[in-house]
Amino acid sequence: MAKRAKRQNIIYHIATFILGIIMIYPLLWMISSSFKENADIFTTMGTLIPPKFTVENYIEGWKGFGNVSFATFFKNSFIVAGIGTIGTVISSAIVAYGFARIPFKGKDLWFTAMMITLMLPFQVQIIPQYIMFNTLNWINTFYPLIVPKFFGSAFFIFLIIQFIRGLPLELDESAEIDGAGRIGIFWWIILPLIKPALITASLFSFYWTWDDFLGPLLYLNQATLYTVSLALKNFADPTTITNWGAVFAMSVLSLMPVLLIFIFFQKYLTEGIATTGMKG
Amino acid sequence: MNKRERYNNVMGYLFISPWLIGFFIFTLFPIIASFILAFTRYDVLSPPRWIGIDNWFRLLEDTRYHNSLKATFYYVFTAVPLRLIFALLVAMLLKPSTRLAGLYRGIYYLPSLIGGSVAVAVVWRQVFGSEGLINFILGMMGIKGLNWLGNPSTAIWTLIILAVWQFGSPMLIFLAGLKQIPDSLYEAASIDGAKGWDQFIKITLPMLSPVILFNLIMQIINGFMVFTQAYIITSGGPLDTTLFYSLYLYQKAFQSFEMGYASAMAWVLLMIIAFFTALAFKSSRFWVYYESEEGK
Repeated sequence: MAKRAKRQNIIYHIATFILGIIMIYPLLWMISSSFKENADIFTTMGTLIPPKFTVENYIEGWKGFGNVSFATFFKNSFIVAGIGTIGTVISSAIVAYGFARIPFKGKDLWFTAMMITLMLPFQVQIIPQYIMFNTLNWINTFYPLIVPKFFGSAFFIFLIIQFIRGLPLELDESAEIDGAGRIGIFWWIILPLIKPALITASLFSFYWTWDDFLGPLLYLNQATLYTVSLALKNFADPTTITNWGAVFAMSVLSLMPVLLIFIFFQKYLTEGIATTGMKG
Repeated sequence: MNKRERYNNVMGYLFISPWLIGFFIFTLFPIIASFILAFTRYDVLSPPRWIGIDNWFRLLEDTRYHNSLKATFYYVFTAVPLRLIFALLVAMLLKPSTRLAGLYRGIYYLPSLIGGSVAVAVVWRQVFGSEGLINFILGMMGIKGLNWLGNPSTAIWTLIILAVWQFGSPMLIFLAGLKQIPDSLYEAASIDGAKGWDQFIKITLPMLSPVILFNLIMQIINGFMVFTQAYIITSGGPLDTTLFYSLYLYQKAFQSFEMGYASAMAWVLLMIIAFFTALAFKSSRFWVYYESEEGK
């Protein structure tokens, strides 16, 4: 019996592992192609090991297009995703404390409104938003991509509320007895305790902003302002594409920040999804 | 109102003010504005002109709009169920707590992590291209490949497969749900002689039904909003078979600058999504099992 269980166990691991490799095969293929010589990419599709290993694709691809290199695109993406993430996380934490701990008039109404916005299709908002940003002369600036983030994001507010609700109320109460006000309680008591939730929110926010395509597509139409995702789309234009190796190389690079976040903070991401359960 | 209540009211609104202000500027105002715009003709350059319900009538006659509805419904009602079934199957596969469980979870979540990116969309176009990976593999097996992206009956399936491949998030949610089901239920069922499939139908599915409902609603909403992949991989073609709602709306609003018409489209989408969300909630009475003592 024990032997049979052991054999089943081995079969389970082999099957799970093989299926897992099949699942990520497109990613492996993409990485391996990025190190193959251009002539080999389509003739040696059957093997993941490059016949002649080369980093030429990365050097060529990094040069970008229209005299703008990928250094610029990466810088732009880091600015948008970095500032946007700081703005979202700070504002969401402040709002979350208000909803989670302070009893005030009309709270239920606003909380419900916020939850409804989670289900709202972005399409009903983008046209007037575009007109609004256009009127402000914000086209071809990062403002439309960054400024709205400073007003909290319903998803992260909800995530942080859930976390605050798990903290014992006595903490707030004893601080109140000691004479602390709401701002003091938030700053000295709550904020240090919700760090894990803030990390989860930062990771998701960075990852989604990094991946965002529609926003940059709408608001940025100068190559010097392109984010990586928008640049990659133009770089891989099917009508002009000749250097597939470079496209693969830049595709791999564009995924690097997200993959690194995933490798180092996997727990925060997977648990974040499991507990708040959304998106993605 | 005593002093403490007043203090809390002031502080409450102070703390939620970032969201509240943002809500009025970036959500409520745009929603109302887009409803009003839906009754106008507006090309951004000249001021909007009131045209009454013309836009809404036009929706009834616009063949391309009907194509886009067809493509979107086809996509949502194949990709969402397939993705959820797949997510559930993988979640069941990964349920045992082995030493490698964390690693497996990571590997199986990877496609979701990267699947929505432009990079994967670009690669996908290559994978399903005439001289792409899929045809290469088929060729090795002696099967003649197809022009997957150029063929009206297969193009949408390249996008459906991409969507199903991103099963990671519902999978993780299912996995968390599966771990909540007490082992004692399965043990009791085994004693009663219930085998695997019976246990799945009589225990796993009912116990998991609240999670299924949640996943279903979120995935339907996401499904109706799909944009990036179709924009990059198929650009709506061939013959409008992948002209998803968001894509057509984008073309109308931001390429031909028919903002009024596009706003009407946006509102119809809002109603479609509201309808299906409500339907899922209403129907849940018949198939979602709520444990009384948990009472969320």
